[in-house]
Amino acid sequence: MPALTRHIHPGWLIIAPLLVLVMALYLGPILNILWLSVTDPEPGFGNYAKLGESDALIRIVWTTVRICIITTLFSVTLGYSIAYAMVHCHQRQKNYMLTLLLVSFWISILVRTFSWLMLLGRKGLVNVTLEDIGLIAEPIAFMRNELGVLIGMIHYMIPYAVLPLLVSMQSLDMRVMDASRNLGASGSQTFWRIYLPLTTPGIVASTLLVFILSLGFYVTPAVLGGGKVLMVAEYISVQLLVTLKWGTAAMLAAIMLMGVLAMLWVMSRFMKLSTVFGGAAR
Amino acid sequence: MTSGLFSKFNRVGAWVLLLFLVTPALIAIPVSLTPKRFLSMPKGEFSLRHFEKLFTSEEWLSSFFQSGVIAVSTSALATVLGTLCAIGLWRVSSRYSELVRAFLLLPLIIPQIISAMAFYRLWIPLGLLDSYAGLILAHTILAAPMVLITVSASLATFDPKLEQASKNLGASNWTTMRRVILPSIKPGVFAGALFAFILSWDEIVVTLFISKFSVYTLPRRMWNGIRENTDPTVAAAAVVLIAITVIAFVITSIMSRRSAKSQAQ
Repeated sequence: MPALTRHIHPGWLIIAPLLVLVMALYLGPILNILWLSVTDPEPGFGNYAKLGESDALIRIVWTTVRICIITTLFSVTLGYSIAYAMVHCHQRQKNYMLTLLLVSFWISILVRTFSWLMLLGRKGLVNVTLEDIGLIAEPIAFMRNELGVLIGMIHYMIPYAVLPLLVSMQSLDMRVMDASRNLGASGSQTFWRIYLPLTTPGIVASTLLVFILSLGFYVTPAVLGGGKVLMVAEYISVQLLVTLKWGTAAMLAAIMLMGVLAMLWVMSRFMKLSTVFGGAAR
Repeated sequence: MTSGLFSKFNRVGAWVLLLFLVTPALIAIPVSLTPKRFLSMPKGEFSLRHFEKLFTSEEWLSSFFQSGVIAVSTSALATVLGTLCAIGLWRVSSRYSELVRAFLLLPLIIPQIISAMAFYRLWIPLGLLDSYAGLILAHTILAAPMVLITVSASLATFDPKLEQASKNLGASNWTTMRRVILPSIKPGVFAGALFAFILSWDEIVVTLFISKFSVYTLPRRMWNGIRENTDPTVAAAAVVLIAITVIAFVITSIMSRRSAKSQAQ
């Protein structure tokens, strides 16, 4: 034992339980899925070749990427506005804003999706209200299309976009902005040429975080898309639970996983990952 | 800074956005009070029948109970494993330990659909599908990184000299851990336990894959209700969940305010 602890720090002993558990029950099956993507139903890259052959698959991947990009654009832009307002107001007002932000974080995804179902349906509150005040004659189709999925996803992602931006804005040295104003730059010049570039790490982190989380999103697209908007996550679940084809699903999962890991790597160059998740925590 | 007018305009916009984040969920309240048998907005009349059904239905009650059992076990297990691991990583703090930390955070960020696939794949041969043990293990792996984060944050402000002092005064490793380290990272441990509980209580994607009949958690039953889109009991359940969220939020903010005060003194 002493010989062992001389080489290995005793701290590893209490790291081991969780590490072993995650390696055995999580890393193991994930590697197995990667393996499946090149062996099921037959060895080779047949599953990956399908991406070039099957129009349906390409459409699903393209829908997913498009929805994720739009979601990310809106969430980060709106999140920037919220974070900016939070950093530049009185402490009290900031606390109220933070409370609202965190409460929305904590409300169950199922409750939120259910609420959108009630609000956006053909006879939902939004359509009924618009008809009652005479703005529209026919109900607007908010659901069973990309619009509904986007509304639900952006609504869910905004808090995730805000947190990395908050961290980055709070660490800015405001004297730089004052210096810029003193040297004669206008308010908007200072913002566009000094403030915005200085918050780039926050913007990159928040963009990648929201994009990654959107990629694998399942609940909202499945409910608000109503089967009309098929994204990768839902397709994988159908493949596994209904048609029992592991190969194609494993291939899509492998591509998604590689993408996520690559983005995480990029993200880690801009920000300490734990600070991003520290606030997010879910 | 940008002109005051722009800042003011932006602040109003931010408030509108923040209200947009919270208010849609509130629609569950009127819908849950409808006197009709199907999902609808009540018109003038209100009834509590759907709450009555929620609290007398054996199915819903058993789902509340099962989710509670799974979430409490997950939270306990994840908190013990996550806290030990965080302390270990903090004491080792080398290049390797940072790699291990990054690796252990992965379950939090890898898309849940992939995690669900992985657990499903392994749980079939292990015979863990549709069992308490299967759900608790899967949720623990997803929740432990959260404990790791909150405890590590607490450890970052802990002065290592205290540990040294305790050892110099003759305390064993175990005593130092129990009497010196643990008390000072308590806020992080509690926060981690709470987050782990919420994650498990609210988890649906992995649950959809690895549970079927015998274990039917609350999110699972809500998911079914949402897919069927007829029974207003779902709305009542949603209201109960919102109420729990608000209560939990108030408790934690009071607790964190209290601990901030005691630290200031």
